[in-house]
Amino acid sequence: MSEKGERIICRCNEVTLEEIEALIEQGVADIEMIKRLLRIGMGPCQGRTCLPMVISIIARKTGKSPDEIKLPATRIPIRPVPAGVLVGDMNEE
Amino acid sequence: MKSKAEVVVIGGGSTGTSIAYHLAKLGVDVVLVEKEYLGSGSTFRCATGIRQQFTDEANIKLQKYNVERWKKLSEELEYDINFKQTGYLFLATTEEEVEAFKENIKLHNRFGVPTRLITPEEAKEIVPLLNADEFLAGQWNPTDGKANPFKTVFAFSRKAKELGAEIYEYTEVTDIIVENNEVKGVKTNRGTIKADVVVNATNAWAPIINEMAGLDRDFIPIKPYKHQIVKTEPLKEGQIEPLVCPPAWNDSYVIQDGEDGGVICGTGLEHGPTYDVTPTYDFLREVLKWATRIIPALKYVHVLRQWAGQYAKTPDSNPAIGKINSIDGFYIAAGFSGHGFMMAPGVGEAMAELIVKGKTHVPLDWEWYDPHRFERGELRSTAFQIG
Ligand SMILES: Cc1cc2nc3c(=O)[nH]c(=O)nc-3n(C[C@H](O)[C@H](O)[C@H](O)COP(=O)(O)OP(=O)(O)OC[C@H]3O[C@@H](n4cnc5c(N)ncnc54)[C@H](O)[C@@H]3O)c2cc1C
Repeated sequence: MSEKGERIICRCNEVTLEEIEALIEQGVADIEMIKRLLRIGMGPCQGRTCLPMVISIIARKTGKSPDEIKLPATRIPIRPVPAGVLVGDMNEE
Repeated sequence: MKSKAEVVVIGGGSTGTSIAYHLAKLGVDVVLVEKEYLGSGSTFRCATGIRQQFTDEANIKLQKYNVERWKKLSEELEYDINFKQTGYLFLATTEEEVEAFKENIKLHNRFGVPTRLITPEEAKEIVPLLNADEFLAGQWNPTDGKANPFKTVFAFSRKAKELGAEIYEYTEVTDIIVENNEVKGVKTNRGTIKADVVVNATNAWAPIINEMAGLDRDFIPIKPYKHQIVKTEPLKEGQIEPLVCPPAWNDSYVIQDGEDGGVICGTGLEHGPTYDVTPTYDFLREVLKWATRIIPALKYVHVLRQWAGQYAKTPDSNPAIGKINSIDGFYIAAGFSGHGFMMAPGVGEAMAELIVKGKTHVPLDWEWYDPHRFERGELRSTAFQIG
């Protein structure tokens, strides 16, 4: 729980349970749109922490089974890497 | 699902949702169908950029009008789509390019786009981290900008629904019903929807839809090319706010995401034609080679994400927008190459007015974008493309 008593689901982008629930209540129940409007799963951790939780929130709120909700794409490089390393320009530093 | 409507729009990207919104605003009973989720095509993969800096009259005029639309779009749709006028900065590496910039600037200014030539020092004031020593001059327009594609698609579709439109996601058009050269509706994997007007707004997939309507697949030769983006961790606001592009460096560009401040990096490496959107390692190396040359400090910034999407390209990189003459009630707005997101508001408005009134007040040159030009073997001058 954060100081304000909000429950943070996505730590990278500080998205709360309340925000996710509010969006689903407005009728936005697709994980792809929830992801993009709230930016869950788009931070440095690539959704490792939040996406399973978001899936169970959607399942609970919509009555779907968690298996019906597909995970959004995971983007490489999986773990953050400095750009200089990827261009091979940081050898002597 | 509804079994009848006045108009069916196929494709739920920025183009399709804008057309649906503008039709609903004109009181039309419209249904939009999207085979996956809204935005799943090119739109949610784009670099967010909005520019007026083209090299021909038709695209400049349309984009000048579009920027006016973008400025008011949040208010109109009652949802903040995060449009910002942070500019586009092109950079010259040779004297020939500087001369070409001067000609472009004259053309832009003639149509009221306030582009100007700036020195490398001025460029560095705009982009503090710029490797300004490598460039001779900049072509700068502060009124170009960026917006959030996720919010734009959401806002168009939300407003369209409020105005009575129906939107069906995960609904794939499998056939177009045409009788005596007249459109009668579409078949989908969830049933048939009858309609006298059908709009093909499927961009990279448009030739497949055209074929369903009985047209030759190459009647409008749109080909899907894989283009990619690499995105970094957030930087402090104001470091790379405009889109920065030295065209001679393989059309590479960098721009800070208006939403979270991460840097979006692109380059002209393309694969295809292909519908495959798997990210590739060759792109990662190529794009970062140029990006770290434009902004050397990016070497120390972490890359977080890489993704790919489609440039739906026509032979002249201009879209096909208008009515298909051989099939009554069949319309198209597709083949937007690397600049379809920025065109969405005006294209949607023009298409809706064309369908309802037979003409539009939007300064869109129908002849320029004529879908029949390829059939006649005519090409326009190639639309200026980045990335
Ligand atoms: C890496 C990259 C960077 C880009 N950068 C920019 C930029 O900075 N600025 C800019 O303006 N543009 C940019 N673009 C281009 C821009 O993304 C596209 O031109 C624009 O999104 C096109 O929108 P659209 O709605 O026409 O097509 P799309 O968004 O592709 O929508 C077409 C939709 O049709 C659906 N569809 C297909 N077949 C069927 C069927 N049978 N039934 C139902 N639905 C179907 C698809 O699922 C898709 O969602 C970029 C593109 C890429 C890939």
